[in-house]
Amino acid sequence: MSADNYYVPAQSKWPIIGAVAVFLMVLSTALMITGSDTASIFFILSSCLMAYMMFGWFQNVIQESQQGLYSDQLNRSFRLGMLWFIFSEFMFFAAFFGALFYVRTLALPWLDGEGGKASTALLWPEFSSTWPLLNTPDPEKYPAPSGVIEAWKLPFFNTLLLVTSSIFITISHHKLKANKMAAAKTWLALTFLLGFTFLCVQIYEYIHAYQDLGLTLNAGIYGSTFFMLTGFHGAHVTIGSIMLLVIFLRMTKGHFDKVDSESHIDNPDSDHLFAFEAAAWYWHFVDVIWLFLFLFVYVL
Amino acid sequence: MTHSAAPATGIKRWLYTTNHKDIGSMYLIFSLIMLLVGGTMALLIRSELFQPGLQLMQPDFFNQMTTLHGVIMVFGAIMPAFVGMANWLIPMMVGAPDMALPRINNWSFWLLPFAFSMVLSTLFMEGGAPNFGWTFYAPLSTTYAPPSVTFFIFSVHIMGISSVMGAVNVIATIMNMRAPGMNYMKMPMFVWTWLITAFLLLAVMPVLAGVVTMMLMDIHFGTSFFDAAGGGDPVMFQHIFWFFGHPEVYIMILPAFGIVSHIIPTFARKPLFGYHSMVIATSSIAVLSFIVWAHHMFTVGMPLVGELFFMYSTMLIAVPTGVKVFNWIATMFRGSMTFETPMLFSIAFVVLFTIGGLSGLMLAIAPADFQYHDTYFVVAHFHYVLVPGALFSIIAGVYFWIPKWTGVMYNEAMGKFHFWMSFIGVNLTFFPMHFIGLAGMPRRIPDYALQFADFNMVASIGAFLFGLSQLIFVYNIVQCMRQRGCPASPEVWESAEGLEWTVDSPAPYHTFQTPPVIK
Repeated sequence: MSADNYYVPAQSKWPIIGAVAVFLMVLSTALMITGSDTASIFFILSSCLMAYMMFGWFQNVIQESQQGLYSDQLNRSFRLGMLWFIFSEFMFFAAFFGALFYVRTLALPWLDGEGGKASTALLWPEFSSTWPLLNTPDPEKYPAPSGVIEAWKLPFFNTLLLVTSSIFITISHHKLKANKMAAAKTWLALTFLLGFTFLCVQIYEYIHAYQDLGLTLNAGIYGSTFFMLTGFHGAHVTIGSIMLLVIFLRMTKGHFDKVDSESHIDNPDSDHLFAFEAAAWYWHFVDVIWLFLFLFVYVL
Repeated sequence: MTHSAAPATGIKRWLYTTNHKDIGSMYLIFSLIMLLVGGTMALLIRSELFQPGLQLMQPDFFNQMTTLHGVIMVFGAIMPAFVGMANWLIPMMVGAPDMALPRINNWSFWLLPFAFSMVLSTLFMEGGAPNFGWTFYAPLSTTYAPPSVTFFIFSVHIMGISSVMGAVNVIATIMNMRAPGMNYMKMPMFVWTWLITAFLLLAVMPVLAGVVTMMLMDIHFGTSFFDAAGGGDPVMFQHIFWFFGHPEVYIMILPAFGIVSHIIPTFARKPLFGYHSMVIATSSIAVLSFIVWAHHMFTVGMPLVGELFFMYSTMLIAVPTGVKVFNWIATMFRGSMTFETPMLFSIAFVVLFTIGGLSGLMLAIAPADFQYHDTYFVVAHFHYVLVPGALFSIIAGVYFWIPKWTGVMYNEAMGKFHFWMSFIGVNLTFFPMHFIGLAGMPRRIPDYALQFADFNMVASIGAFLFGLSQLIFVYNIVQCMRQRGCPASPEVWESAEGLEWTVDSPAPYHTFQTPPVIK
């Protein structure tokens, strides 16, 4: 069951609140970084505004969906929107992967004198290029790490966690489509737990890197690419986990039930399952990024 | 009907709107304001360069002006103007009731005024505004940057969010909202060019966000992406920046191709010559744009293989571009031409954009570029493609569609006067720059050797002529918005094709709530 017309919402206050929230958040972040003491309060306040906006906006959309206002065509718009948004996220990671590849295959060998004509080799004649980079050209400015995280220990365990979680969310999706709500919820909860465990392991790994290995943001280009790639990935896993949690809570409230438990009429929202699928796509996306990370940051 | 038929009143209409026409108008007005702000900076630059020697400002302020002029014109004037047109026109051209994601649409717009307030506020900060050029090369923009660079970085992030959300919306609209029967090969050229532009935006705006994030980390958190002392490379900044930057210049020209491909057939009273080849050429330009970026950095010290690869791939772009220029000329060939203002600007576009394209071809030749690099020849080149290219197409589009938007015909005599003043002004400003560039005057300097004085004076006079004549344009638009002028018919033009001409002028607040049938 779905609406015939393409639903164009009437006026909405959420976008402008969202724009103000984004502005205040980045402004207070910039002020914090440049040394303001009071900006952190602004940051917390603007984050609350951001959360309020997201809560209100999504609430609006969920209500409209439950009222059956959304046609199949509109659901396709949502799906296209999410799909191409994820593509843009891929390109964001591509920038950092590009930096990693450029440094490894070109910049560092040139600093070491490869090619014979590069004057960059004259800057630090003693420097020799290795990967992982355990000797920076200028160790006083960028103290090199004593070692790096071994791929086949915790990172491999983390890979197993994320791949398994991607399978689990697919099982949950199938259960949901078969209207087996209890099973769908269980598999989704397991997905979330695996994601949460992944994040805990990452945090442990970061502490280990900082305290035992001297592998920090300041440890030269290896630390720079390592922490930026794994850090942004971790941020995306966090966002994905929040999405999973929200979907879980919505399942608990019966948003995806085929038949409404109180009124016993068909739930118009249950056909679409867009919210679930968007979260699942996002989860697969962070999984795929991780596979690239595991290969290019840890293994090779 | 699920939404009210009439617009809301007061400020809330604009703050809370989900209507593609309202949002399109806001984008267009915003970009006009930014055009005037960025234009004022350009006139300050030209005033300083009117004579050799330091006349009006210190070199540091001059650098701030060139930086902000570039950033504001690219991200604040040209791009939002095209997004505004996309908002107004794409739903009407494909027979859709609105953009696919109306609330996201409003969010995309309202991020921009905040982003540009932040950019402009850097002028009043300690150490001044960013002074490292709109390409913000490291380490000028990292190690040696003024403190305001942090705010600059974050405003680029906001612009990026806005562009990505806008592009997602355009793609969802075009892929999902076309009226029954309008298949891809029946889509108007403006819709086609915008679809391809939206993909380019999605592919490269996140890369820009990535590179400014690396700058931020280098400045404040001790990373060494662009510092060789830690194993990074400042040249890597240029590679990542131009991987964004080259598709970016096509983002600024592809919708222009679309606009001109509507106007020339209308006033030549012939269908567009070679529609299919136009679509294929646009797509090829977009694909090629990803493998040519390093032609911006031939002199940086690349391996010979790299120089050759980027030289040949760049020259390859001349082929699809040539197809387009050929098609426009073939459309005009033996047409029953009339020369209303939109047509004048479009013909000037074809001629002057081609000049810019050809000087681009000269710059593409790596050994020759060693001579031209970072001279006024480059400034002449990209201003020819951006001013009589992108900007002229926007002006042409505004004259062409403003009767549909406001319901009032613009003043034709004033429009023609505006055209001739702009045409003369633009050539007077930028053509001499070819000569002084070839003679060796470097770009981005507030003072220059005496032998460049005459041409610089000519360029400055031209710039003021061009800048002031835009006030005629502003007046003409404002008169239309105030409903002063002859009412326009639904067709507006004698032989204009497309769904937007089938609705009333001004277009009703909601159009195509039930999709039209396409034969």
